[in-house]
Amino acid sequence: MIVVAFLAQVLRIVVPYLLAASGGVLSERAGIVALTLEGFMLTGAFTATLGSYYAGSPWVGLLAGIAGGVALALLLALATVRYKADQVVAGIALNLLAIGGTRFFLRYAFDSSSNSPRVPGFGGDGGGAVGAAATLAASAQNPLVWIGILTVPVVAWLLYRTPFGLRVRAAGEKPEAARSLGVPVARVRVLAVAGAGALAGLAGTYLALDQHQFTDGMTAGRGFIALAAVIFGRWDPKRVAFACVLFAAAETFQIQLQGAQLIPSQFVEMIPYVLTIVALAGVVGRSAAPAALGKAE
Amino acid sequence: MSDATAGATAAERADRRRTLLEEAVLPPLVALAIALVVGDLLILTFGQSPGAVFAMLLEGTWANAYGFGQVLYKATSLTFTGLAFAIGARAGLFNIGAESQLAAGGFAAAVAGLALGGAPAILAVPVCIAAAAVGGGAVGAVPGVLKARFGASEVIVTIMLNFVVLALLNYVIAAHLHVPETLHTPEIAAGVPRLADLSDAFRGSAANAILLLALAAAAAAWWYLFRTRPGFELRAVGLQPDAAEYGGVDVGRVWVRAMALSGAVAGLGGLNYVLGYKHYYEEGFAAGSGFLGVAVALVGRNHPLGIVIAALLFATLSQGGLAVNALVPKQMVEVLQAVVILAVVTSVPEVRRVLRAALRPAAKPAKAAA
Amino acid sequence: MPVTQPPAIRLAGVRKTFGPVVANRDASLEVAAGEIHALVGENGAGKSTLMRVLAGMYGPDAGTVQVAPQGAGALRDVTGWTTAEAIAAGVGMVHQHFMLVPTLTVAENVVLGQELTKGLQLDRARAEAEVRALSQKTGLQVAADRPVSELSVGEAQRVEILKVLYRGARILILDEPTAVLSPPEVRELWTVLRGLAAQGGTVVLITHKLDEVVDISDTITVMRAGTTVERIRTADTTPQAIARAMVGRDVALALDVMGAGDELHAERVERRAASVEGGAVAEAAPARGRDSTLDARRSALEVTGLTVAGARRPNEVDGVSFSVAPGEILGIAGVEGNGQTELLEALAGLARPTAGRIALAGADVTALGVRARADAGLSHIPEDRHRRGLVLDWSIADNLVLGLQHRFSAGARLDGRRIDENARRLVREFDIRPADPSLPARALSGGNQQKIVIAREMTGRDYHVLLAAQPTRGVDVGAIEFIHDQLRRARAAGKAIVLVSADLAEILALADRVAVMYRGRFATVLPRREASAERLGPYMTGAAGAEPAA
Repeated sequence: MIVVAFLAQVLRIVVPYLLAASGGVLSERAGIVALTLEGFMLTGAFTATLGSYYAGSPWVGLLAGIAGGVALALLLALATVRYKADQVVAGIALNLLAIGGTRFFLRYAFDSSSNSPRVPGFGGDGGGAVGAAATLAASAQNPLVWIGILTVPVVAWLLYRTPFGLRVRAAGEKPEAARSLGVPVARVRVLAVAGAGALAGLAGTYLALDQHQFTDGMTAGRGFIALAAVIFGRWDPKRVAFACVLFAAAETFQIQLQGAQLIPSQFVEMIPYVLTIVALAGVVGRSAAPAALGKAE
Repeated sequence: MSDATAGATAAERADRRRTLLEEAVLPPLVALAIALVVGDLLILTFGQSPGAVFAMLLEGTWANAYGFGQVLYKATSLTFTGLAFAIGARAGLFNIGAESQLAAGGFAAAVAGLALGGAPAILAVPVCIAAAAVGGGAVGAVPGVLKARFGASEVIVTIMLNFVVLALLNYVIAAHLHVPETLHTPEIAAGVPRLADLSDAFRGSAANAILLLALAAAAAAWWYLFRTRPGFELRAVGLQPDAAEYGGVDVGRVWVRAMALSGAVAGLGGLNYVLGYKHYYEEGFAAGSGFLGVAVALVGRNHPLGIVIAALLFATLSQGGLAVNALVPKQMVEVLQAVVILAVVTSVPEVRRVLRAALRPAAKPAKAAA
Repeated sequence: MPVTQPPAIRLAGVRKTFGPVVANRDASLEVAAGEIHALVGENGAGKSTLMRVLAGMYGPDAGTVQVAPQGAGALRDVTGWTTAEAIAAGVGMVHQHFMLVPTLTVAENVVLGQELTKGLQLDRARAEAEVRALSQKTGLQVAADRPVSELSVGEAQRVEILKVLYRGARILILDEPTAVLSPPEVRELWTVLRGLAAQGGTVVLITHKLDEVVDISDTITVMRAGTTVERIRTADTTPQAIARAMVGRDVALALDVMGAGDELHAERVERRAASVEGGAVAEAAPARGRDSTLDARRSALEVTGLTVAGARRPNEVDGVSFSVAPGEILGIAGVEGNGQTELLEALAGLARPTAGRIALAGADVTALGVRARADAGLSHIPEDRHRRGLVLDWSIADNLVLGLQHRFSAGARLDGRRIDENARRLVREFDIRPADPSLPARALSGGNQQKIVIAREMTGRDYHVLLAAQPTRGVDVGAIEFIHDQLRRARAAGKAIVLVSADLAEILALADRVAVMYRGRFATVLPRREASAERLGPYMTGAAGAEPAA
């Protein structure tokens, strides 16, 4: 039972990581730094709440969440691809924009500086089951959980099996080579970033609909954990998914042991970040990152 | 190749100087204009008059002593984080870790203050300042070393370190140093005078003498970057690492030094709160100051003087947000701050491109002459 | 010059500028269908730029580009077309620097942009089969499923050509294709190109190697200083005539090597040549009547068994030994990429040798860094002034103290007044224009930028040895004369100079001894008296002198 409870909790936590990190892989493999996953998620969470609230349907919320993530992603693409702005600075600015923008419109839409009213989510009552079984049942009824799980093979397939994926990998590795063959590198990058926005927007949607409301800053750094997973997973969709599960398991561990005080929670919080730094310094090195990552075309 | 500039006239040289000026000054101005338009739109969204809101914003900041004091207080922190980012950027490095470096500086100062107990200010204040610099510098040096030794991207390492260091400090506070029922350390005895001690008008505002330290840091950063040999080498590494190496500079060592220095300056920023305002370290006091430092440095064109001005601007926006909160949500200024960064970062290359395109025809006669 | 077959390519009056640099002016080119055409000229003559205009990578500022679609039929005006349009019309270019994605496989690189699909997926099997078939048909052997990062340079180049042919190119442009190939690989390439031409394909070959031109081409266009100066049928000309057209005035310079006022030097050269013939490592005769910074009998620079590991070959520099005496210029000739760059970087302390010893004025400096070597008396005019020699955004004044910053400071403080004085003096002495030390180096012409480097390296320290790599590359005619004059003066003042140049005429004009570098080794070292283009050529191409020489 403890194992089931553990796995149920891991599943609940890992879904947004899988979605956002898969988006991060797409963006970074195309050569655009995915610092803005956090902003995409926060925006997606907010627009999903708006959609679900006004339409009364979580499905509209889902579409609105994708739209919100994509909108911010297109802003990033405009700044970095069209205007060749520095990707790191533009990414930071868009994260700030997401924080400020969601707060501003939270006031505008719901006249609150902390949270939205309750909005409809997906299923989620667990059909009368209790405890871990309820968590699992609720997850199984949530289409976003399935989307999150399916995203991993889909992104892997897209990246390694389709012409678009080939172009993405070429654009992130050696854009001048791709361009010399007539590949529209700018368009490929814009599409990849938009895809990252859609997936991270879905991740935010999951968070908001899971809690049936938007709260200020509710992504709480999960976008950066997803980025850490992208790097720790060496930019490969399947390895990145593994990193997401690892990070989610660590988090679950911490939640379940909260009473026990075996390890201070702050140390568990550090795990993804410390692993990423260690990976960057040793295991991964510079060579594994897409060669043109962060560089203007 | 033809000798394009051999026959340049004095007028052409003047043109070139004007271009430099335009490249340095025009992009921030363009950015502010864009931010103003976006701000107007947001204000109109709330059915308010932009004129009234901006008037209120100025009223609540520069037109009364308390508001002005708050602007000065916020500008002090932003000057430190802006300088920190600029020192890294001049060496070609992105230090996104000012937030944790500032927190580490503040924490080190608080610990030093606690250890010193009731020591006289003449001893306690300098020790706290040194502790803040060492605390921030140590956190800053880590990504520098990892980049120099392993080629690890300093962008990612500083971001990840933000989370690691803040979690670590939170742990130490929660487990060992907090006053019961709070998230802060006990008060330290050491402190610097507040502006309110000079004039009653500033009563309640947090502005304090660390402001002078910020100005001194800006002056020192300018002197270091533009008037010393290590600064010369740092700038060479930032612009062209290969040329610096050719000039006998150890590029890796400069990276470590620049990151340590950048972290130390960010660490000094922690004093504004710990030594100047609350006299204790509190969990989360540094939140947001790091990323805004990037904005300040960007708008200030990575020049210490520009940074001081930009820090005042961003502090005015932050404080002004509170002043206008009755009419429009104070979060409007957060949006505007982001818009300013985006506009600067996109308009710099764009303005340069437009200027270059405009200047090209003028260069042709000189070419033909040579 | 009449063209017998219908033309496949006609460029007329092409002009292309990059900022202040004019890469092409009034350049014209006509190539008949089915011929192999050589576009020759020195480095920086504008060959690559002109061909990039043809291939759609650059739009010309003026002039017209006409191409016969699919390499046959009537000419069509395609001025300012895009790469994609050029590819669609059967025009493909193989670049000097490989345009390959190292992480992708050979087949993926070949089909990129024109992917074969099966449903939504890439049809990898068919892509690999087609690449294999094309590889069979053309004789360009390479494994279709291997990642490009694992290929040798020769194989990588085959992939480049396959890429272009896969797109149905009937007009094939190759930019310096042999720069990185071994002689057998070159012969294979020739076979492939002849095969293409025999099937009606048109080939334009950019090169500056005359033996290749004579080997492979049907017709030749010569470029000089951005413009096309001559069009010749290969059968009607000689390498000497081509060289004359390529080099233009530099031939005259080479003949002027022992000009007036340098008689003493000539005498010295003769003596040294005699000592070389005696089998000894060259040693300068006493430099009479001239103040020398060193005892002229000793070597200013002594290099023993220097080896530098490299990426392309096991050893970029492979056990090179030589010495240079005070008052001597050792010229190092050779096709670029044979280890000259790595040799000079190792001498300057920028690259770490894996073996060998470097002695400067008798003192071992092998373990020292860049600055310590400089302070021990080593000046260096680097090959790439834009990357190494200058900080382009810095002022002339600051650039004039790059690498000397510790000499222009008091403690940690830079001495701004001395930096300014130094700049004003050097701008005047070296006639750097515009004469405003506060201007950024970026704003200057190539020649004036190089004058900054030379002024700094030749006045900034009391040096014994000067490393001069491609000192006149990309500089205007006036500056070339000035720079050559400065090098002769330095020699007269007793400095030892190592001159690396891809321009044989320059080497012959200045050097007292000429070494030829081939595949990381000195293929030969000859006294100037015995050196000539004809004599050195075989060594440069590896046809003679495989043994490393001292």
